[in-house]
Amino acid sequence: MTTATIDARSGMPAHWRDFLALTKPRVMTLVVFTGLCGLLAAPGHIHPILGFTAILCIALGAGAAGALNQWYEADIDALMKRTAGRPLPAGRMDRQSALHFGVGLSFFSVILMGMATNWLAAAILAISILFYVIVYTIWLKPRTAQNIVIGGAAGAFPPLIGWPAVTGDVSALPIALFALIFFWTPPHFWALALFVKTDYANAGIPMLPVVAGEVPTRRQIWLYTAIMAIAAMAPVLLRLSGPIYGTAALLATGLFAVFAFQVSQRRETDPARMGPEKRLFKYSILYLFLLFGAIVVDRWVFA
Amino acid sequence: MTPEEQKEIRARQKSRAVVMGVLLGALVLLFYGITLVKIGTH
Repeated sequence: MTTATIDARSGMPAHWRDFLALTKPRVMTLVVFTGLCGLLAAPGHIHPILGFTAILCIALGAGAAGALNQWYEADIDALMKRTAGRPLPAGRMDRQSALHFGVGLSFFSVILMGMATNWLAAAILAISILFYVIVYTIWLKPRTAQNIVIGGAAGAFPPLIGWPAVTGDVSALPIALFALIFFWTPPHFWALALFVKTDYANAGIPMLPVVAGEVPTRRQIWLYTAIMAIAAMAPVLLRLSGPIYGTAALLATGLFAVFAFQVSQRRETDPARMGPEKRLFKYSILYLFLLFGAIVVDRWVFA
Repeated sequence: MTPEEQKEIRARQKSRAVVMGVLLGALVLLFYGITLVKIGTH
């Protein structure tokens, strides 16, 4: 037992489940899925064991970034109901343990990725961790109401890592998939922010609905949906995908646009009557799974 | 430190050791698999 793993308040070593909680396992589903789709959509072959290792490294890297995020934001998390129960603000673990865990896991995931696949995939994994922790968490999140847009870039990296894990290079399609998640994040997150009243304001984090108001938020949901639609159709326009993805993207994006437009026109402020906002949020998750599933099927059928 | 706290600390150390052991075992298998693939004898 070292002093680094003892919670100062209770004298207890942190429970292993609290280390798991530091990695934000629930956020990992989408990361693993989009990373896997990037890997499966890439041309060429990767041995299943190496493919599994690549996805594992993406998940571990995301977990490391989550741990470093919680290490840095422990004092902010303590001020918000949703996050006050996390291991650090709740006092179940000391900050040093979280820092060591996050840094250790970061190095481990990047080195394992480099040795199992190639160093380009490892470098992009390292960049994604640094981007999430330094550019998003430390630099921009506390400073601008567009923070979630920047955070979206961090969440958009997995297909851009899964693809080069197979091919060793980056081409237009994984960049289009990156752009799709990047521009999908703002309408997805702000739809949620409209009907879930968070206490970000108490913690001094400038979230768009709080800083700019709900009407500009609704307008920006529509604006980013329009840009997202271009990113969604880019693989079709650039002839990088076949009719399966083309049809799926056209129909699914059309429905997304209808839902987003409805939300942009409404002026409801009572969370209890925000049916369309909730519908847009739920549909946005299904949408991303649909499009990434479609691109994989499309590439397999027409490869 | 009360005997109850002592017991709880031991229990946590043990559960952490077990989890660490399982993870290390899994890594041994994974590295073995990667090695076989890399030297091309799969």
